[in-house]
Amino acid sequence: MPTITFREALRQAMDEEMARDENVILLGEEVAQYNGAYKVSQGLLDKYGPKRVIDTPISEEGFTGIGIGAALAGLRPIVEWMTFSFSIQAMDQVINNAAKMRYMSGGQFAIPAVFRGPNGPAEYLSAQHSQALQSIYAHAPGLKVVAPSTPLDAKGLLKTAIRDDNPVIFLEAELMYSLKGDVPEEEYLIPFGKAAIRREGKDATVVGFSKPVTMVLTSADRLAKEGIEVEVIDLRSIRPLDEHTIYESVKKTNRCVIVDEAWPFTSVGSHIAWLVSKNCFDYLDAPVELVSSEDVPMPYNHRLELAAQPSVKKIESAVKKVLYIEQE
Amino acid sequence: MAKQTQNIRDDAGLLKKLLEQMLLIRRFEEKAAQMYGLRKIGGFCHLYIGQEAVAVGAINTIDLKKDYVVTAYRDHGLALACGMDPKRVMAELYGKATGCSKGKGGSMHLFDAERHMLGGNGIVGAHIPVATGVALKISYKNEDGVVLCFFGDGAIHQGSFHESLNMAKIWDLPILYICENNQYGMGTDFSRVSSVTDFSVMGASYGIEGKQLNGMDVIEVYAEVDRTVKYIRKNHVPSFLEIKTYRYKGHSMSDPATYRTKEELEDYKKQDPILNLKSYMLEKSMLTEEEFKNIDKKYRSVSEEAVKFAEESPEPPIEDLYMDVLA
Amino acid sequence: MAEKVLMIALSPTMETGTIVKWNKKEGDAVESGEVLCEVETDKATMEYESAQEGNLLKILVQEGEEARIEDPIAIIGEKGEDVTDIMKEIGETRAKVHVPEEEILEEEKHSAVIAAEEEQAGGEAEGEVAAVSERPGIALESREKEEAVRIKASPLARQLAQQHNLDLKLVKGSGPDGRVVKRDIEAALKQPPARLIQKPAPSAVIAPEEIPLSGKRKVIAQRISESKFSAPHYYLRTVVEVDNLMAARTRLNKGRDEKVSLNAFLIKFTAEALKRHRIINTSWGGDRIIQFGTADIGIAVAQPDGLITPIVRDCWSKGIIQIDKELKVLVGKALNNRLRPQDYQGATFTISNLGTFGILEFTAIINPPGSAILAVGQIRREPMVDEGDNISIKSTMILTLSCDHRVFDGAAGALFLKELKEMIEYPIKFLY
Repeated sequence: MPTITFREALRQAMDEEMARDENVILLGEEVAQYNGAYKVSQGLLDKYGPKRVIDTPISEEGFTGIGIGAALAGLRPIVEWMTFSFSIQAMDQVINNAAKMRYMSGGQFAIPAVFRGPNGPAEYLSAQHSQALQSIYAHAPGLKVVAPSTPLDAKGLLKTAIRDDNPVIFLEAELMYSLKGDVPEEEYLIPFGKAAIRREGKDATVVGFSKPVTMVLTSADRLAKEGIEVEVIDLRSIRPLDEHTIYESVKKTNRCVIVDEAWPFTSVGSHIAWLVSKNCFDYLDAPVELVSSEDVPMPYNHRLELAAQPSVKKIESAVKKVLYIEQE
Repeated sequence: MAKQTQNIRDDAGLLKKLLEQMLLIRRFEEKAAQMYGLRKIGGFCHLYIGQEAVAVGAINTIDLKKDYVVTAYRDHGLALACGMDPKRVMAELYGKATGCSKGKGGSMHLFDAERHMLGGNGIVGAHIPVATGVALKISYKNEDGVVLCFFGDGAIHQGSFHESLNMAKIWDLPILYICENNQYGMGTDFSRVSSVTDFSVMGASYGIEGKQLNGMDVIEVYAEVDRTVKYIRKNHVPSFLEIKTYRYKGHSMSDPATYRTKEELEDYKKQDPILNLKSYMLEKSMLTEEEFKNIDKKYRSVSEEAVKFAEESPEPPIEDLYMDVLA
Repeated sequence: MAEKVLMIALSPTMETGTIVKWNKKEGDAVESGEVLCEVETDKATMEYESAQEGNLLKILVQEGEEARIEDPIAIIGEKGEDVTDIMKEIGETRAKVHVPEEEILEEEKHSAVIAAEEEQAGGEAEGEVAAVSERPGIALESREKEEAVRIKASPLARQLAQQHNLDLKLVKGSGPDGRVVKRDIEAALKQPPARLIQKPAPSAVIAPEEIPLSGKRKVIAQRISESKFSAPHYYLRTVVEVDNLMAARTRLNKGRDEKVSLNAFLIKFTAEALKRHRIINTSWGGDRIIQFGTADIGIAVAQPDGLITPIVRDCWSKGIIQIDKELKVLVGKALNNRLRPQDYQGATFTISNLGTFGILEFTAIINPPGSAILAVGQIRREPMVDEGDNISIKSTMILTLSCDHRVFDGAAGALFLKELKEMIEYPIKFLY
């Protein structure tokens, strides 16, 4: 099985879907001639031409709305946001149009658009370029939200997203683009609403998604050396959420730690923490712990920047806390 | 169907059609106002009274099998001009299950997929990029269609307008942006908040040709839109029209419209598009008073029937709450 | 065709309007959009523009008169048209209209929404049982002391404890703030039955035959031995004059169908005495003393096959009559073997009354988790000598208090017993 990067997996997904269905187009800043700000769309312009791979001016609200209109009329556009931090300008289009037009029209329309780009902090980019916005998009009914953590999942989920008739928010991460992983050569799709158990364990359940999953697995390895076996659940799909897998695991381990890179106040992580507390109440031996970013805008200084985010140490500490293991 | 400009004024059949549609809208809106006053319709209700010539004149120049209409929330007139059933529109205003959006949209969200009427959009200016995206599809698929995107003087200063025109121009999209300037963005006289008051030049920032029309004259609207649509179809470029019109009522039903004088309103009423066309047709012996009365009666009765239908229709069941969130 | 002109809502909150002025008179032509009349609403005087065209055939509501939304205020039609039919129709609806129960559209809408909501909520889950550990404390005591006694346990630990009939009060919690967690329950279950709680029972009559031990008997034997052999018992004895008590009881029971029992009185007095001597209402915790936040008093009840101590919970917040009511229910259940573990496990103090069996006095074995038990003897008449060396016949009762010397010493026990005696002798004292 070939080993490719996350970035390459995304490119393959778009390439295959564009080859398969001529209604699939890609639009965004720098996606065509520049081959993508992060080189995700490398080579697509050459292959499909400027009518299908479209460089937009810097007009997030405008080109997002155009993507939505094109989807409304029957195309399957992929709208690339250079980062999700810039998507905030387009939020009216996503929340008021994409998420709602089907409902408001009594079901007459579908909006088969994918909105994708790097989400969450990278490095040294400071406050306005370093936010994880899954909570805001997951909040609105009418949107689907997915977050792969491996190249294999990236490809399978993006193909599913493009074929889905609903607006899909597809969360990537700059620091994941170079991540390598095995990806089958034959075609495959990964369905939404199905989490992946990355590691089995009996002592505690750790739930995560997107970039932090790698960190969670590292913590799991370190804890294993101390005799603590955690079960790691990679959600992959935030909306729809695979509640069943989470609850079955917590019922087995009696303990839950959730890792979500976003701020803690009303995040996807804090919502799942409540769901687990509610639905696994009698099975919990300890309160649910949430490992999130600190509740501050992202600072520039790198040490502070790292301290503001989830870390292997913070995850280990949370696991030990739910196991009532003494720590310094 | 579209006609040569010089023949329009002599085309009795076409003019009668335009007159009938305007009367339909006028009587329907009056009925809607009445029903709103009786609290059968709730929330916002933005009436099209006075602006009928714009919708009727424009939409009769296009073919809804290949063309599209997108507008904002003052959409009743456009919906009817697109041929949507008045019964289903009234039922939607009433929030009934038989409404065109199954009671889930209301006054501001009338849609008809088959007739290419894409709303009915509530956020000022936010539908302009969406309309532009529809034009992108037409261009991409090499189709022969044109998008008519209607919006008001209140929307023209939204960023979404400017972003859309820029992209429509660079990508040669077949879209006609129509600004229905009824001169008041809610309670604000447009001249107070516009650095440039001749909107027809605003397209020039983006290399888009623009023209200003008298929206109280349906023949002028028809002729000019027809010419422009043909041009767009042939040349694959976007275009812009500022159609000056006037709304007799407030911005919505809860607006007492104290920001304009009674005299101003009376002046515009003298230019009433329906009466204007009626006078012209009477003069040219294309119409008699008797015929006019009958047409008027007909549409009053259509409006009554629409109300009856809406009244007798069932409410949507509670389960509908969860329908159509996702495809 | 004549049409009714209806009063419409000229302001969003308007319910009725008063016609201030008619701008047209009967017989005038009216065009759509012309002002028909001026209406005074709840907010201001508004112009009513006609939605209809024609001739104003009839004015139904005159200047100065009021109309509600949807009431007909005029008739418009062809000039000279006959209005008899439409007037008749209006007259008939008018007759029906002024019925107080008629709902305004808004209300109808509201009640429809509420009905829909209720329909929806019908299947929802019911309210939850109140948390076990939060019991109403005594007003006098500070919250902190109560907090110190609250049992913290994870939901899982509680489940496991209940499954294994373990009293959480006796399980040491290793979690933060003393929270009892799963491993603590597991540890407790592994230990020899020392930690397990059940009611002690006096030994059954032994006949010269081998009676196989029932599970119950085994456990009682283990538990009662454990109590006796681990807690160093000492005994305090006092004689109480109960004439006042008896009189009070008689007075109370006069005219009552359900007579309040003597035990109910004793329970209440004991509770009040415990309130003033908290150190008696405690449990030996190995490395600390647990002082309970409520007085849950068990009373020994003789069953056909043994003895059980049903508990009246939280006696500090109950009066004698309520205590008696509960006691009667508990005793009934006890005699039918219908008590659940939570009914007889966890008494903070126990009373055993063998008076009805003719026992003058006895010493009882402490019932864990408590640190003391009160043995009550028979009431009898005997001569008593007062301070002035006068002899009089009094009703007396002997109380013997068994105490756990690990928890409190003789003086403490004595003070408690003295207080109890004084309360029983002068019931009004417990109001002090």
